[in-house]
Amino acid sequence: MSNNQISLKLFALFILSLLLVFLGCISGSTGMDWHFAESNRTILYDIRLPRSIGAYLAGALLGLAGAIAQGLFRNPLADPYLLGSASGALLGVGIILCFSYAGEHSLVTMIGINGGAFVGALLGVLGALLLAGGYKSSLRLLLSGVVIGVIFGAANSLLTFIRPDLYQSLQSFMLGNTSLITWNATLIMGSALVVAVLLTLLFSPVLSALSLGENTARTLGLPLDQLRLLLIGVLALATGFAVAQTGLIAFVGLAAPHLVRHFSGGRQRTQILLSTISGGILLLGSDLLARTIFAPLEIPVGIVTAVLGGSYLLLLLRRGQIGIKK
Amino acid sequence: MKHTSLHPSLFKICLGVVLCGFLTFAQAAIEVTDDRGKTITLQSPPQRLISLLPSLTESICALGKCSNLVGVDRFSNWPLSLQNLPKLGGISDSNLEAIVQLKPDLVLVDKSSPIISRLEDLRIPVMAFDVKTMADEERTLKKLGIALDSKESARVWNQIQAEITRASKQLDGSQKNISVYFEVNAAPYAAGRSSFIGELLARLELNNIIPESLGAFPKINPEFVVQAKPQIIMISETRLADLKKRPGWADIPAIKQNRICAFKKEQSDILVRPGPRMGEAALILSQCVAEKVSSTK
Repeated sequence: MSNNQISLKLFALFILSLLLVFLGCISGSTGMDWHFAESNRTILYDIRLPRSIGAYLAGALLGLAGAIAQGLFRNPLADPYLLGSASGALLGVGIILCFSYAGEHSLVTMIGINGGAFVGALLGVLGALLLAGGYKSSLRLLLSGVVIGVIFGAANSLLTFIRPDLYQSLQSFMLGNTSLITWNATLIMGSALVVAVLLTLLFSPVLSALSLGENTARTLGLPLDQLRLLLIGVLALATGFAVAQTGLIAFVGLAAPHLVRHFSGGRQRTQILLSTISGGILLLGSDLLARTIFAPLEIPVGIVTAVLGGSYLLLLLRRGQIGIKK
Repeated sequence: MKHTSLHPSLFKICLGVVLCGFLTFAQAAIEVTDDRGKTITLQSPPQRLISLLPSLTESICALGKCSNLVGVDRFSNWPLSLQNLPKLGGISDSNLEAIVQLKPDLVLVDKSSPIISRLEDLRIPVMAFDVKTMADEERTLKKLGIALDSKESARVWNQIQAEITRASKQLDGSQKNISVYFEVNAAPYAAGRSSFIGELLARLELNNIIPESLGAFPKINPEFVVQAKPQIIMISETRLADLKKRPGWADIPAIKQNRICAFKKEQSDILVRPGPRMGEAALILSQCVAEKVSSTK
C-alpha cells in the first residue's frame, strides 16, 4: 500500500472523528438537538464538548495501549483489559480515593489519581507477566491477566468496606463512565496521548523487529529487553490515564487494532496511528449510543463497549482470525 | 494647589465608604456550612431547588419549600405532588445535562455523590449532606432551614420527637425489651445501633441484636442472626418468602412464632429514609410489634 493511500485513510478517519465529536455536541439527554447554537452554552461548552473529546481521547489511549500490547507480546488477544493492567489501574484509583479523597477534586487529587492509575496499570501487566513466566505462551499470559483482573477486582470491592461512602464513586468507575469528564481531565488525557504516541512511534522499530519473530529481532542488535520494558511503561501510561478519568472500559483496546489491521499493511507505525484513531472513534461512538438509546436515561458506556466489543471478539474467534498458540 | 489635590482623594474615600457599606449590606446574605465543612453563600433564598436524595426531598417539603423544587432524583416519591417533576437519575448516575438545563440555584445531594465536583466546576451551588443518625437529621433540618429561609425546622423536629414518644407509649411492659433484628437489605445488611433505625428501636425500648461495635449498617453473617435468636424480625415484604428458606433460620424464635414484620413498599420507604417521616416510622414499628406480640401471647 502506498504512502498516499495510507494518508488518505488517516484523513478519512480523522474526518469521521470530527463528525462524531460534532454529533457528540448536539446529542444529549434531550435527544438530538440541531439548534445547538441557541441551546444552553454551558451544556454545549462545559458538558458535551469536554465529554465528547474526553471520550475520544480515552478511547484513543486504549486503542494505542491495545496496539502496543498486541505488537509487544505478539498476541492477537492482548489488550489492557485482558492483560490485567486496566484492573490494576482501577485498583490504583480506588486506593488513592480510599485514603486521600475528601470530596474535593483538587489538583493534588487529580495528580494522585492519575499517578495511582499509572502505577496500578504497570503492576497489573508486570504481575500478569510474572504469573505467566514471560510472554512466550499467549494463552498462559491471557489467563494470568484474567487472574490478576479477578484478584484486583476483589481488592477493589474490599475497599468499599473500608470506605462505604465511596461505594457510589467506585461503582461508576467499575462500569466505565464518560458523563463527568471535565476540561481538566481532557487536557490530562490529551497530554498523555501525545507523549504516549510519540514514545511509541520512537520505539516502533522494536515492534517491527518483534513482528519478525523473537530470534530475528535479537539478531538486529536492538537492546530488546530494555525497549520492551519501556514500551510496557508506555502501555501502562496510556491505560492508567484512560482508566483514571473514565473507569473500566472493556474491549476498545482489543477491537481497535483488529479493525484496522488489514489497512495498515503490516507497518507498525501505521498500525499504531490507525489503532489510536479507531479506538477514539469506537469509544466516542459507543458513548453516543449510551446516551441516546434510552434517552433521556443514560447507560454506562462500559456496558455498550462490553456488548459491542464482546460480540466482535466472538465473531473473530468464529472466523478463526485469532489463532491461539498454547 | 493643595486644596485642589485634596478634593479627588476625599471623593475617593467617600466613595470607598459608600461602597463598603453597600457591600456589607449586599452580603447580608445566607451563609451555611454543609456536611463537607464547606461554606455555601447564597445571595437570596434559593427559588429553584434540585434534591438528589429522597430523605432530603422529604425534609425540604416538610419545611414548606416543596414548591421551590424543580427536579428530584429517581427515588423521591413523597409527597405525591412531586410526581410531575423531572427525574434526574440516582446517586451514581445523576443526569448532569438535565440538572444544568433546569438552571437550579441550589442542588442538595448526598455527600458520597460523584457529581458534586462536576457541579461545582460549573459554578452551581451544592450543599452535601451525610445523614445516618437522628442527630444528623436534626442538623440537616436546621441547615436547610437557614439555607431555604424556613422557620419550620424546630417545629418539624419537635413533631418527629412527639410522634416517637407516642409510638413508645403504645408498647406495654411485655412488649418492650424483646430482641429485634432489622434487615435493611439482602446480603444481609442489618440496621446497627448507631443508625437512625437503631436509634428508633432504642427509643421504643426494643433490644437490637446488633452490638454497637458493628457500626451503622453492617453486613453480617446470617449465622449471627441464628445465634442471636431474635424474637422479632423486621424486613421488607419482598424478602419474606426467601427469609424462611434461609438455612437454619427456621429455628429462630421470631420465625417459629411468626413474629415477622414484613413492610410494604410504602412503609419501607418511610422506614429507611432518615427524614421528617421518622416519627411515622416509629409508629409503624411500634404498631407492628404491638400486633405481633399480643397475637402470640
